[in-house]
Amino acid sequence: MMLPLRLGFLPLVDAAPLIVAKAMGFAEEEGLALDLIAAPGWSALRDHLAQGAVTAAQMLAPVPVAQTLGLGGTARFDVLSVLNLNGNAIGVSMALAARMQGHDFALTDPWAAGRALLAARSDRLRIGVPFTFSMHAELVRYWLECLADPLPPSVEIVTVPPALMPEALALGEVDAFCVGEPRGSVAVDRGAGVLLLPTSAIWAAAPEKVLAARKGWAEAEPDAAGRLIRAIWRAGHWLDQGQNLSVASEILSKPAHLDLAPEIIERSLSGRLVISADGQERTLPGFLRFHDGAAGFPWRSQAAWIGTRLAARHGLDPATAGRLAGAVFRSDLYRLHLGPAGADMPAASAKVEGSLALPTPVASSRGKLILPPDRFFDARIFDPDLPG
Amino acid sequence: MTKRLSIIVVENEPGRARTIVDGLREAGDHDVLVIADEIGLARRIAERNPDLVLIDAGNPSRDAIEELTLASAPLQRPVAMFVDESDGALTRTAIEAGVSAYVVAGLASNRIRPVLDAAFARFHMMQKMRAELAETRRALDERKMIDRAKSILMRAKGIGEDEAYALMRKAAMDQSRKLADVAQALVTAAELLK
Repeated sequence: MMLPLRLGFLPLVDAAPLIVAKAMGFAEEEGLALDLIAAPGWSALRDHLAQGAVTAAQMLAPVPVAQTLGLGGTARFDVLSVLNLNGNAIGVSMALAARMQGHDFALTDPWAAGRALLAARSDRLRIGVPFTFSMHAELVRYWLECLADPLPPSVEIVTVPPALMPEALALGEVDAFCVGEPRGSVAVDRGAGVLLLPTSAIWAAAPEKVLAARKGWAEAEPDAAGRLIRAIWRAGHWLDQGQNLSVASEILSKPAHLDLAPEIIERSLSGRLVISADGQERTLPGFLRFHDGAAGFPWRSQAAWIGTRLAARHGLDPATAGRLAGAVFRSDLYRLHLGPAGADMPAASAKVEGSLALPTPVASSRGKLILPPDRFFDARIFDPDLPG
Repeated sequence: MTKRLSIIVVENEPGRARTIVDGLREAGDHDVLVIADEIGLARRIAERNPDLVLIDAGNPSRDAIEELTLASAPLQRPVAMFVDESDGALTRTAIEAGVSAYVVAGLASNRIRPVLDAAFARFHMMQKMRAELAETRRALDERKMIDRAKSILMRAKGIGEDEAYALMRKAAMDQSRKLADVAQALVTAAELLK
């Protein structure tokens, strides 16, 4: 007997674990009949989840944290796993790119890219992001604050629905953007912008999208939750294997999913991005990761980082916010449902974020876990026990 | 005499906008402005500082309006607030009507309620019309598909119309699929074999 389950998503490359879980039969192996429901935007998807139109959903990592802090809605969500690390790109309008002549657009040096961006701005620099509570907004702010603290009032971060982003760039409503793939590549192909920096260059292990459910659902329905977490974990494992790249791109390209040429989708999955309409390519290892190095593990410290950043901006106490946020990322449920399935679990549920410059073996249940570098570009560290 | 409410309706389609505005007029003498879903929407709304914003729940531009619900500076009052779980029945009505309402914090419910009721009723009516239109269109498309499949069968097997139809019906029943799906498969296969 198959268990039906409605899952909400936005047509983005990092919805891949949900789409692949269904398309490649990982959900079916767990006895789940997934019904994938595309949403028109993040607020709509958040409301669908809050109101029960979907049981679980792909979500921007900061949304469940923000809601718990009382920002942007009253519904409460649990984060069951991290769907992917990074996968976003920052780009600039053609007009701004033209003023950055001396810059090499290597996409590897956040200092050089940030200085070039700030130097090239005219009286104002308006950066479009897809949603107020997003890693896009958090990482852009973190990056630019390292270069100019406090941020000058002429630098604004505003929400622009991604579908309108190319037009907003062309009209000069925004001068730059930070979006998830395939939006950045689509903007490049339309001749609307040039890519400047991947967010992975700002924080090598930034959680991007998460699997979220209404608070308490996973405990009330442990069987369904376990099946879902496992199916998506297996999909992530499949996605991180290079030989599956072109099949994954084909699946995602279908009309019901992203409805876009597989070639454009393959760019972000392979980390080989075309950065400008004249076809210049950059290879960016670690641009987007789904599985390896416990990428799916919902670290309490990731949530605490998001919580303290939000708190600082909205006038809340960072220590309290960090503690409340940490509890939203349910590493306990992740262990419960994936430990028996053979996932190599880290011994700790929180870590000092930004402390790993090299791949590092850590204590784990099966003793084989190697965590990839998780550095912030400015070499700062974030200790969840000492937030603020 | 209380102050008139300032209402913004975000809607691109003039006919729909008119329907909503008419409904709002019936609910009272309010200051209603219709703006299209466009670049810089949030900025335009913020400049006007309305009491109420009404927008199709499925409009992606809602994401841009969300940031208006946050105080942009400490001690500043949020511009608007989503009609949340504060009133379960009202929220359900809004969901069914496919509308999102952003209401300024602190507005007395007896002032806003009649306006919301009127607006939701109009959205609901349009939602129904839209669903009916989609259903009609779907039925028409299926009809066309079945006709195409029928003529393919007639040509391929040299049979009459009734016989072709009966053949498809039987295939659909045998495989417990919809007639339109069988027809679709046949048309697709025929195109591949061309």
